[in-house]
Amino acid sequence: MEDEREKIAGRYLQMQAKRLLFVAVLAVGIILLAVGSTIIGSAGLTVEEVCVAVLAGILPGSFSADPLAFTIVWDLRLHRVLFAVVAGFGLAIAGAVMQGVLRNPLASPFTLGIASAATFGAAIAIIFVPTALSGEIALVVSAFTMSALAAIAIYGLSRYRGVSAESMVLAGIILMYLFGAMTSFLQYTGTTEQLQAVVFWMFGSLQNTSWEKLALVTLVVAVSTPLLVWRAWDLNALGMGDQVAQSLGVKVEQTRTVHMLIASLITASIICFTGTIGFIGLVSPHITRLAIGGDHRYLIVASGFVGALILLGADSLARTILAPQIIPVGIMTAFIGIPFFLYLFMRQKEEYW
Amino acid sequence: MKLEVSDLSFSYQDHRVLEGITLEVDEGELVGVLGPNGCGKTTLIKCINRVLVPRGSVHFGGQDVSRMGSSERARLFAYVPQALSVGMAMTVFESVLMGRRPHVRWGVGESDIGMVSEALERLKISHLAFRKVTQISGGERQKVVIARALVQDPSLLLLDEPTSALDLRHQLEVMQIIRSVVDQKGIGGLMAIHDLNLAARYCDRLLVLHHGRIAGQGTPSAILSEELIRDVYGVSARVGREDGYPLIVPLEPVGNI
Repeated sequence: MEDEREKIAGRYLQMQAKRLLFVAVLAVGIILLAVGSTIIGSAGLTVEEVCVAVLAGILPGSFSADPLAFTIVWDLRLHRVLFAVVAGFGLAIAGAVMQGVLRNPLASPFTLGIASAATFGAAIAIIFVPTALSGEIALVVSAFTMSALAAIAIYGLSRYRGVSAESMVLAGIILMYLFGAMTSFLQYTGTTEQLQAVVFWMFGSLQNTSWEKLALVTLVVAVSTPLLVWRAWDLNALGMGDQVAQSLGVKVEQTRTVHMLIASLITASIICFTGTIGFIGLVSPHITRLAIGGDHRYLIVASGFVGALILLGADSLARTILAPQIIPVGIMTAFIGIPFFLYLFMRQKEEYW
Repeated sequence: MKLEVSDLSFSYQDHRVLEGITLEVDEGELVGVLGPNGCGKTTLIKCINRVLVPRGSVHFGGQDVSRMGSSERARLFAYVPQALSVGMAMTVFESVLMGRRPHVRWGVGESDIGMVSEALERLKISHLAFRKVTQISGGERQKVVIARALVQDPSLLLLDEPTSALDLRHQLEVMQIIRSVVDQKGIGGLMAIHDLNLAARYCDRLLVLHHGRIAGQGTPSAILSEELIRDVYGVSARVGREDGYPLIVPLEPVGNI
């Protein structure tokens, strides 16, 4: 009897260790890929030139780099690589949280209208704000505002009917169609150039990253992640249904609302800079769940790392595969992520959701 | 600690579901709530657990339940719902471990893990510990949910038809486990149940609901009569005795209810 108990306890601890190992391996993978991604590129810098340039930026006194290499590394590549990591992380944890609180495997910032709202905001800016008046700031603000409005609208609509998981999903999907239709209408009325700009925005791209944008997005992700991980038990409990969660002491409606708002905020703050980068929020949590199970204490961070890895990998490929031509990263993410997902999905014969 | 419900009423919009319910559940006592579908059994349990907010008063250990915080209440009451909800992408072990949520902050300690292993053993599902909850049978899932309620280490068990999805053997096993937990830990149990014979055999007292009101309350022998079964369920039945317990043999539906 005692043996049996110890065996079970041991196996659980082993499972936890395996999860931590998974997270650690991903972290190492991200670091390696980030280094690799900083080195490769159409400028054809050598490994040494890149390393010296990086060090010269960190310790300006001790190293002196070739000015061209320095500019390429610090003004073009480094913030883009880091942005890919942070954005991939943020989009993935937003997806994990949304799937968790809504108990729905299809929930993601995209199926819930947050992204289509951002697209609509961007389309408004592209079509109505003359480019001469600093189009980019208008675009970012407009995209962010619209997706924040969408998040509030989802909350409002479901509040009206009680904040159940189903009503939130329904409200989100209705908003997705609404914003989609409004964007289509704007595209229909716009000029060819405007149409092209909107379509390009919808591809999603890390072309326009900067250190300032990186700092902003990092701040949002860095503040919200510990909060989400701290409340991970609540997400686990919500997975068992509202009544059970409530009987385990979770304030169900409050938890669902706060988590949805945080996830929406993370998403909005990323995609207002990048355009719609789909797929990561949907699939990273699934990949992670298949690999290490559904305990949100590990799932959130691990999903984030998977998302970071996918987005960074996708962007590295997007920059190099047809160099000097750069493919929008939104196109690449699915190509990178789907084989990964399919492999785990096919291997796992059992129902896992 | 004693559960005291007094003059509890509840309505869904303008439809009155419960009216003037007064009941007590003592330590070490298992009380069965009987009555036909729609009589308010589930609603009563939800009202006590504050899933629903009733009128009237619910006190536990002398404390007003409506003034308790959600975590405090979760440390006292464990709830086994009718719909078996065991979570997503989780193993049996993790699903049971959820019962520790009201007690742990974030990390899971040795004692929490120990309690889970013990509960799994008590319910004879240790061998399923690392199977996915989506892969086990209905009876096994019911045991998972009960194990979760046990590791919650409650002072009151609220059970909503814990045996309705189970085959004969599982029904008896589950009832025995509930009975022994109530006895050994000296906690109270309030259980909605359909099976009159199981109720008669395992409960100390029964409470019969009819159209949202209490139609009778007392020990199984005192309360389960042919007359009551006809009035409340609209079924003619023969009530005998077996093994010292009332034995109900339902015959046929009679009249209109």
